[in-house]
Amino acid sequence: MGEDTDATPTLNHRGFLPDHNYVTEADIISTVEFNHTGELLATGDKGGRVVIFQREPESKTEPFSQGEYNVYSTFQSHEPEFDYLKSLEIEEKINKIRWLPQQNAAHFLLSTNDKTIKLWKVSERDKRPEGYNLKDEEGRIKDMSTVTSLQVPVLKPMDLMVEVSPRRVFANAHTYHVNSISVNSDYETYMSADDLRINLWHLDITDRSFNIVDIKPANMEDLTEVITAAEFHPHHCNLFVYSSSKGTLRLCDMREAALCDKHSKLFEEPEDPSARSFFSEIISSVSDVKFSHSGRYLLTRDYLTAKVWDLNMESKPLETYQVHDYLRSKLCSLYENDCIFDKFECAWNGSDSVIMTGAYNNFFRMFDRNTKRDVTLEASRESSKPRAVLKPRRVCAAGGKRRKDDISVDSLDFTKKILHTAWHPNENIIAIAATNNLYIFQDKLNSEMH
Amino acid sequence: MFPKGTKRKFSDSGEEPVSSGEQSQAATSAAARTLSSSYSLQRQSLLDMSLIKLQLCHMLVEPNLCRSVLITNTVRQIQEEMTQDGTWQIMTQALAAAQCPGDRLVATEVLCRQSDAAGQAGQNPKPFSVVGLEEGYHSEEVVMEGDVETEVTMSTLSPVSPQLSSASYLAGPFGMGPCWEEEEEEDGECEEDEEDSEECVSEGEEGDRDHLSADSRIREQVFGTFEIKHPAPPPDPALEELFSDVDPSYYDLDTVLTGMQSAPKMGPYDLLESLSSHGPTALSSSSSCRSDLNELDHIMEIIVGS
Repeated sequence: MGEDTDATPTLNHRGFLPDHNYVTEADIISTVEFNHTGELLATGDKGGRVVIFQREPESKTEPFSQGEYNVYSTFQSHEPEFDYLKSLEIEEKINKIRWLPQQNAAHFLLSTNDKTIKLWKVSERDKRPEGYNLKDEEGRIKDMSTVTSLQVPVLKPMDLMVEVSPRRVFANAHTYHVNSISVNSDYETYMSADDLRINLWHLDITDRSFNIVDIKPANMEDLTEVITAAEFHPHHCNLFVYSSSKGTLRLCDMREAALCDKHSKLFEEPEDPSARSFFSEIISSVSDVKFSHSGRYLLTRDYLTAKVWDLNMESKPLETYQVHDYLRSKLCSLYENDCIFDKFECAWNGSDSVIMTGAYNNFFRMFDRNTKRDVTLEASRESSKPRAVLKPRRVCAAGGKRRKDDISVDSLDFTKKILHTAWHPNENIIAIAATNNLYIFQDKLNSEMH
Repeated sequence: MFPKGTKRKFSDSGEEPVSSGEQSQAATSAAARTLSSSYSLQRQSLLDMSLIKLQLCHMLVEPNLCRSVLITNTVRQIQEEMTQDGTWQIMTQALAAAQCPGDRLVATEVLCRQSDAAGQAGQNPKPFSVVGLEEGYHSEEVVMEGDVETEVTMSTLSPVSPQLSSASYLAGPFGMGPCWEEEEEEDGECEEDEEDSEECVSEGEEGDRDHLSADSRIREQVFGTFEIKHPAPPPDPALEELFSDVDPSYYDLDTVLTGMQSAPKMGPYDLLESLSSHGPTALSSSSSCRSDLNELDHIMEIIVGS
């Protein structure tokens, strides 16, 4: 990410300029995802809406407005449902959005709530036909006596209109809550994972799905582990990984068997017996798993750490990064207020050299894998004006020696959590969801990724 | 089991629960372990907290299977440790002997009586050490003053082998290995946990037979006792009554864990007001529930018919 000639970390956090503070009114953002080119950014919220932002093309005349993201389209993806048989309300909250690779002028994305996955087509319309013979401009039928000659309708430009339409609805395949969806590299299939099962779908077929993983025990009393996240390998269409609440990762090969209950590889770090406590299992639960763009590594996030695994080494992670180790002595309180169950996501940058994840107090952290440097930044309107450079933050132990701008562990706001973050696939642009606000930061000085 | 003197990262203060000075004493009796009372207190409060969380699972805005599984595993872990320490049997025996609905005063009375009850019933003679007894009484006094939210802190106990069956039955029906019933399973299977308990204790002695009949009561009382003793919410008579004579099937967390959200945005105790008006998994078999079930049958007929 550029050479550092002074003491600033190679990440050069000083280059990150907050681009815009987008306030999505009322609702809490529940997922953030760039598309494969980074031109579009989709967010889903608790109200079931999806907002898509589009990056403006760079303009020479206004250098500072180049590459800004503006709202492109907003639509209601999911509505609240009521399951009459079970007297249950099904939340409309969007759990995940995944873009399909673009194959024609239209864009396609999958969005899911707890139960139903939908495929949406996002297309533009900037021309419309004019000059119909039978209808006039407002669409009313013409009086036939006024029609004296035939004309061929022509396409005339109009204001850009973005149309979103549901193309497929994949319903009734999940008994438990869907937590992940992942599009396969074959661009024909995708998988959806709930707490106990993973299903494989064909994008064109909505009335059938194949169950490829089922960890539901015969006797539900024996249930001790659930699936927390799942993802396809970026290049090998037969491989996928899923993580569990016990901190294990399982790499499965769909060629081996129809039901991939037997894993090909099991990634698990042996527990440190001296660090064992009643909370050990809870904090080892993996909340997110992401393949690197190269497909060689896995990034996982558990409550206190982020780990990079090499697919070739199952015995332990390659690298472990402490996200907020100062919380280790506070686990009992965090258990009491349920914060210990928060599910943080994690992200790779485009070149797999930097990883990013969120924390509390609207802080998010970035770790450079090469230089081993890390930085803590804050996403909040109070601390960053538009166009200003983000300054790094530091959390110090309670009562510890404080520098100016340091924040003590006891002053952290645990209601301000950054669970969802995304990194542009090619450039140093990141999207951070802080409750109901979306922040987009760009590294203007180092826009090329290294 | 933790090796002696190992620092347990349990409490926020990070206390070292086992002092080395007591090691020699503990080592003398085979399975006995000396626990500092603060560790036991913390463990007990963690257990209480976890049970409350599980009970209130269905009152959450977003019921979460992962969260429930993790809490249950934590409770199992505590329970296993307490079983190894022998604390578990004392607690359940005391409650079985009590056989009365929990309320603060009565619970403490039970605690005061527990060693007598165990001795008199002759079910499972337990050699208490004098030290343990004193400490136990000490903590009971504290409880009567209403300061501490926990119950038993018997320090030195030797676990008795016949209680293995009770330990295993507790693992089942305690609600900690609950019925994570899937939505499509029948309600009949919700009683699984009771059956399990009966199986495990089937070849038990008379003392165990008492447990058999009392196990559902135990569960109620355990839950009732925990509920009442938790200082955070003010004792709500409706709440206590609700939990004290509750039907065991309430603790089947079937729809709880698969996303029951009959009152999505309510606070924890608001739900109690409206509990009876909700679906078939409501607490009591009130007539409103029966009518809901009838409605359900009716709807099913329509759907199947079409």
